[in-house]
Amino acid sequence: MPLALLKAGFRDRSKPPPRELPATPELKKSYDVVIIGAGGHGLAAAYNLAKTWGIKSVAVLDKGYIGGGNTARNTAIVRANYLTPEGVAFYKESMGLFETLSQELDFNVMYTRKNHLTLGHTDAAMRTMRWRAEVNKHLGVASEVIDAKQVAEIEPRLNMSDAVRYPILGALYHPVGGTARHDAVAWGYAIRAAQMGVEIHQLTEVTGLEVTGDKVTAVHTNRGTVQAGRVLQAVAGASSHVAKMAGLRLAIRTIPLQACVSQPVKPIINAVVVSGSLHCYIWQSQRGELVMGGAVDPYPLWSTRSSLEFKEGLMGHMLELFPFLSEVRMMRQWAGMSDMTPDFAPIMGKTHLANYYIDAGWGTYGFKATPVSGKRMAECVATDTTPDIIKPFRHDRFTRFEQVGEAGAASVGS
Amino acid sequence: MKIMTCPLNGPRNISEFSYGGEVRARPRPGADPAVVADYLFHKTNQPDVVREWWCHVPTSYWFIAERHLATDQILRTYPAAEYLDQEAQP
Ligand SMILES: Cc1cc2nc3c(=O)[nH]c(=O)nc-3n(C[C@H](O)[C@H](O)[C@H](O)COP(=O)(O)OP(=O)(O)OC[C@H]3O[C@@H](n4cnc5c(N)ncnc54)[C@H](O)[C@@H]3O)c2cc1C
Repeated sequence: MPLALLKAGFRDRSKPPPRELPATPELKKSYDVVIIGAGGHGLAAAYNLAKTWGIKSVAVLDKGYIGGGNTARNTAIVRANYLTPEGVAFYKESMGLFETLSQELDFNVMYTRKNHLTLGHTDAAMRTMRWRAEVNKHLGVASEVIDAKQVAEIEPRLNMSDAVRYPILGALYHPVGGTARHDAVAWGYAIRAAQMGVEIHQLTEVTGLEVTGDKVTAVHTNRGTVQAGRVLQAVAGASSHVAKMAGLRLAIRTIPLQACVSQPVKPIINAVVVSGSLHCYIWQSQRGELVMGGAVDPYPLWSTRSSLEFKEGLMGHMLELFPFLSEVRMMRQWAGMSDMTPDFAPIMGKTHLANYYIDAGWGTYGFKATPVSGKRMAECVATDTTPDIIKPFRHDRFTRFEQVGEAGAASVGS
Repeated sequence: MKIMTCPLNGPRNISEFSYGGEVRARPRPGADPAVVADYLFHKTNQPDVVREWWCHVPTSYWFIAERHLATDQILRTYPAAEYLDQEAQP
């Protein structure tokens, strides 16, 4: 890295700096694979198709810009301490990929372990945490229940008083849980995929799909129509809209999820602190900003507007955990459109159409799954078979009443 | 503050209301499990006008709202009876 820096320092300043990501090219007539959505998931799938499966005639189409959807809007928390064996195995694979992602992409995604703490405020919550810890440990994920004293040692600024509505009884402690830079994940995959020949088309909205028999034969966009051998949709909040073009109805509701950051302050919070009972979470970024979020909005909406109600509710709860925050100003607030499933598990794999694949239902928790979903969806599209690890997430599980039941682990939006 | 007009209580802060899901025709008793599953889980969920169940929580009053899912504009609210009468018709 330092050598690269030196080279950049000595480059000829009369020429513009080299462009790592090519400008949007002309649309060709056809591609082997068309991916709808250039968020982290679509880009990671494109990268894996080219790298692992040698499929390089790939176009990734996005109505906006690279990683401008939920990939740009999430609070960057990565962890594997889920509740169901299916979920834990899946997110564990993703965490393994995060460990080496910066090297793999030669692009710093800033994965940082941060002592992830999920606070327990009631006996019932502590019981669920013990259950989660046992499932986690059984599957080889570092995760244990700790008591209030240990919580205070890890995060000394927490309000440990029992004169509050929800005193802290203990926590589920997940040392490898932490954060990664969300934008860098999208850019890293995009740059490396483009270097292998993948085309990324920004400002290219998919407006319709042509279905003949049991196949999608063409993809209509605002820049013309392309033929496609196989099509993968990875559009998060817009999942139901795009799936409808393929004649597919999904168990998804689009609900806003909001977040905010404070003004930057000196390092004061070490861990990622999550409270299910208080519906909020917080961590401090490398820039010093306190990143805060909560549960999804009370009703569905296809919009990224911010609301005062969110801010008021979140701060009321946050002040109970960290009273010193009353001195800190808030700087920015934003929202994303979350694709929520009833069982808080994703929808992945093949569909009723022979050459149409889906990656959706990422709700409030899909950033951490970006590497594994890219890897496994590429495998699914390239081989036309569903990898075992994503079989529990097939889209028709609801029709057979075979939900995954991850609600106990994913209810506060991290 | 966003206002919703309750057919019983008039205009109130939307925080007094609870969202109850899309209005869908209920499967007949004895319907195929796949039909029941579709009713329970699959959503229309399009950026368009939808009919939804809402409840004014302080008075436990359920009614129907027509709302645009992309703009959050509430076009009309009316008593559930209006819909249930329609549904009951053969
Ligand atoms: C506030 C907030 C906080 C979050 N925090 C976390 C967290 O801490 N940890 C975590 O793991 N997850 C978190 N998430 C969830 C996570 O952000 C998402 O699940 C994940 O980013 C989804 O990635 P994606 O690539 O599937 O979708 P996106 O990044 O949303 O990409 C989808 C793309 O599809 C494009 N698109 C849509 N319709 C069309 C069309 N018709 N034609 C062409 N393109 C189209 C969009 O423009 C968009 O760029 C959070 C989400 C939000 C909103």
